[in-house]
Amino acid sequence: MKKSTKFLSLLLAGVLTVGSLAGCGGDKAASDSASSTEASADGEVFKIGGIGPTTGAAAIYGQAVKNAMELAVNEINEAGGINGAQVEMKFEDDEHDAEKSVNAYNTLKDWGMQALLGTVTSTPCIAVAAEATNDNMFLLTPSGSAVDCVAAENAFRVCFSDPGQGAASAQYIGENKLASKVAVIYDSSDVYSSGIYEKFAAEAANQEFEIVSAEAFTADNNKDFSTQLQKAKDAGAELVFLPIYYTEAALILGQADKMGYDPTFFGCDGMDGILTVENFDTALAEGVMLLTPFAADADDEATQKFVSTYKEKYGDIPNQFAADAYDGMYAIKAAFEKAEVTPDMSASDICEAVKPAMTEINVKGLTGGEDGITWTADGEPNKSPKAVVIKDGAYTAM
Amino acid sequence: MSFISYLINGLSLGSVYAIIALGYTMVYGIAKMLNFAHGDIIMIGGYVVFFSASSAGMPPLLAVLLSVIVCTVLGVTIERIAYKPLREAPSLAVLITAIGVSYLLQNVALLLFGANPKSFTSVVPFSGLSLAGGKLNISGEAIVTILSGIVIMVGLSVFIKRTKAGQAMLAVSEDKGAAQLMGINVNGTIGLTFAIGSALAAVAGALLCSAYPTLNPYTGSMPGIKAFVAAVFGGIGSIPGAMIGGILLGVIEILSKAYISSQLSDAIVFSVLIIVLLVKPTGIMGKKINEKV
Repeated sequence: MKKSTKFLSLLLAGVLTVGSLAGCGGDKAASDSASSTEASADGEVFKIGGIGPTTGAAAIYGQAVKNAMELAVNEINEAGGINGAQVEMKFEDDEHDAEKSVNAYNTLKDWGMQALLGTVTSTPCIAVAAEATNDNMFLLTPSGSAVDCVAAENAFRVCFSDPGQGAASAQYIGENKLASKVAVIYDSSDVYSSGIYEKFAAEAANQEFEIVSAEAFTADNNKDFSTQLQKAKDAGAELVFLPIYYTEAALILGQADKMGYDPTFFGCDGMDGILTVENFDTALAEGVMLLTPFAADADDEATQKFVSTYKEKYGDIPNQFAADAYDGMYAIKAAFEKAEVTPDMSASDICEAVKPAMTEINVKGLTGGEDGITWTADGEPNKSPKAVVIKDGAYTAM
Repeated sequence: MSFISYLINGLSLGSVYAIIALGYTMVYGIAKMLNFAHGDIIMIGGYVVFFSASSAGMPPLLAVLLSVIVCTVLGVTIERIAYKPLREAPSLAVLITAIGVSYLLQNVALLLFGANPKSFTSVVPFSGLSLAGGKLNISGEAIVTILSGIVIMVGLSVFIKRTKAGQAMLAVSEDKGAAQLMGINVNGTIGLTFAIGSALAAVAGALLCSAYPTLNPYTGSMPGIKAFVAAVFGGIGSIPGAMIGGILLGVIEILSKAYISSQLSDAIVFSVLIIVLLVKPTGIMGKKINEKV
């Protein structure tokens, strides 16, 4: 028996190793989701790559971006392409994993990519942006909202940054007097979530509400939220701000319901997708508000046309990620046209020409609102924020 | 009042750990091997219940029963194919095989079911108790999990003490060679152990996914590791130890979240584990058996 005790102590050390390995399983599908339009010889077409999680916990985002990008590329090609050249796209899966994302980037580079629309999620985007900077590859992320995603000169984004979302949420809650006592539950192991939280807390000081409870969780401890909710309830919070992804948010909504706690829940773009979780009881999400640049039921012509084409082709109502990707593809078109680049140029030459052009274009698109989207040289977009509320299982503009 | 509420939350989280830890400790106690694939059998069990109950519309109890059968067959098959040929190999080889099986199951699940999370419909038909004017809520899942944990604990203890098969298990766990000389079918006994362990995993899967209703191919891995820690904490190989270890782990986790820091709760749980093992290396209920010369 002595042997077994010794063995056990060894194993305890082993547990930590297994824990650190636990996230690495599953290389499947890295290649089977790649899609490309018709093939042509190099130098005759623009090769635009896309990277995002088409499988995994954030799959809804990656799929939306992939579909919308495909839609935009087809439209652009039908209308004569960019500067007279057709566009070819290829989309690689990264399962929301930084390492896999860099692998996907290298695969696309071997394919001959000249500009990248991606990546979709923040953590992988930071890793890929570093690679893209070394290669001087033009990068436009539709939805990578962490500050560092566009830290380099060659990187731009379509969505708001995390601090931008945090500040905009605090302003929205304050200006619309949604609550006077606010609780926050955020993921301290995730750069997206903690980035929003920090700016939200800073901006909250200027607003007429008070943060009564701010509780964290980590990626290894993301099943039980009863304690965080209990603290929010005890503190009397009328609104719970959830700058997190929908997977955890779905659990939080269920657990709050079981506790008999019914505050207003307010989320950011990571909350988008909660209605599409298989078998999720959408009644739990009734009244949830989220900050988003896009509402599928908006009545302008561009949105309606986009929504109906998307629905016809992919059978789903597009979310804001789809809208961001669609606008992103058109931003690439506008910038390419402004810079007058041609398909026989190298990725680095295109990048040099497109960088200044990005700050001169204005893309109205789906998420731009009245004034359209313009970009600053540091890669951030300028556009006005909107919020939607979930009513009868669908997003409704507020 | 909120302290009681935290305590109840801790009990309900702890009872989920406990029920998983019972399976771990059962297999370890008898086969003297750590079945790291246990957490993933739980995940497979969860998927079986999800597809039969939520998608095919079976009554929940029947779905759990089906899941028990599927997991038992799966567990026995894994034992026959992966572990039995290694019976005489060093225990480290078996351990690595178990980790391999764990990844195999996760990846097969990824391939079959995809990685999109699914929202699980609870198998517990009632909604729980609401006490003190709604200030104190005990979920139905927590009640069922705690009760199932106790029933399984008592059932296993009685089974091992009172039945022939149970006595054979005890004999195998003490000395395989001697047990074989006494006419005990060692391979059959170990097979039976895996069958019981995997059946428990199916029950644990249904309860875990009911309490925390999200299901993806990695659902079993973190709770599996925490339950393993709980089993060691309580004294691995000891059936009441797994129950106590699991519940203590859950309560410590929730209370440290509530009163110390919601970020540091895992660090605190593992520090307590280290301290307990320093003072009592065999765990809370573990027996110290001296090696005879």
